[in-house]
Amino acid sequence: VSPPKTALDELELDALTELVNIGVSKAALSLREMVNEQVILSVPELRLLSRNEAIAILTAQEAGRLVAVHQVFEGDINGRVLLIFPETKSLELVRAVTGGELPLEDIIELEQEALAETGNIILNGCLATIANQLQRTLKMSLPEILRGAGHEFFELDPPPVAGDVVMFLYINFAMKKRDIQGYIVMLMDLPSLAALKELLAEYIQRTTGEGMPSHDLSR
Amino acid sequence: MTYSVLIVDDSKLARMAVAKALNALYPDWTRIEATNADEALVLARQSLPDIALLDFNMPGRDGLDLAGDFRGMSTDMPIAVISANLQQEVVNKAGDVGASFLPKPLTQEALGEFLRDAVARLTAASK
Repeated sequence: VSPPKTALDELELDALTELVNIGVSKAALSLREMVNEQVILSVPELRLLSRNEAIAILTAQEAGRLVAVHQVFEGDINGRVLLIFPETKSLELVRAVTGGELPLEDIIELEQEALAETGNIILNGCLATIANQLQRTLKMSLPEILRGAGHEFFELDPPPVAGDVVMFLYINFAMKKRDIQGYIVMLMDLPSLAALKELLAEYIQRTTGEGMPSHDLSR
Repeated sequence: MTYSVLIVDDSKLARMAVAKALNALYPDWTRIEATNADEALVLARQSLPDIALLDFNMPGRDGLDLAGDFRGMSTDMPIAVISANLQQEVVNKAGDVGASFLPKPLTQEALGEFLRDAVARLTAASK
């Protein structure tokens, strides 16, 4: 199934990318408090894809096992969001967050907790910024760590009833002289995408004072 | 006295937001827009803007880097780096190149305060 490419127009995608960047910048500030050193987080690109396209891209780029921090969100928009790293990078991430002085066994022991905490800061930073700027409330579940091949993260229960769409984002993570690239994947159903489009149109109008909010003519 | 303002941000929405605030504050001023540091440098050499508003987080070179280049071109140009990234390192580096730091999302109040100060500095420098 082809993704609804026209679902968000260019300016709506731009607005969403900007909101996510503001969100990860705020998350970087929280992480900086945690590691006491500058943290650089950026999301250079956001793409709207079908589930199959997202799986194809992720598995083509990351052949090995992956680790993900997973959270479910509910509100005007419902879905799930995952921060995904190659499993080989996750210990590096934990080292960066914990200071890098710890022996390997401690790092392995702390990995789960540190990943959940870091992921929670980044994902909450994104979603809270999106929700605040769109003037809506989103309820987030606690973070959960998942491990597996890329496609497994797209087949979590319960499966979406009303079709689904994937926001696919690259996230660059630099701290303590380490550069780690990961992915943020946001899965939502089509009614949520429609709600998001409407909220983005309102946000764009508030922000720029131009244009009219878009209306779904099919309703 | 009207001034020209260079707005550099990779996000069209962010440029539109700055333009809206600027237009509400100083409707007569000239706006120049660029989407990245390289384009901004070309435009700045052509049209010598009086004031620069630079997004920090851009693909390619960031706004702080660009602020350094602009400072090299003009010691008096009021420059603001705009970012949601309020980390001390970023704020300090902005200070090092004599740039102000404005939080994102940018409010008309914050921009207005920076521009009033910028006008005062430009007026003083031209005397």
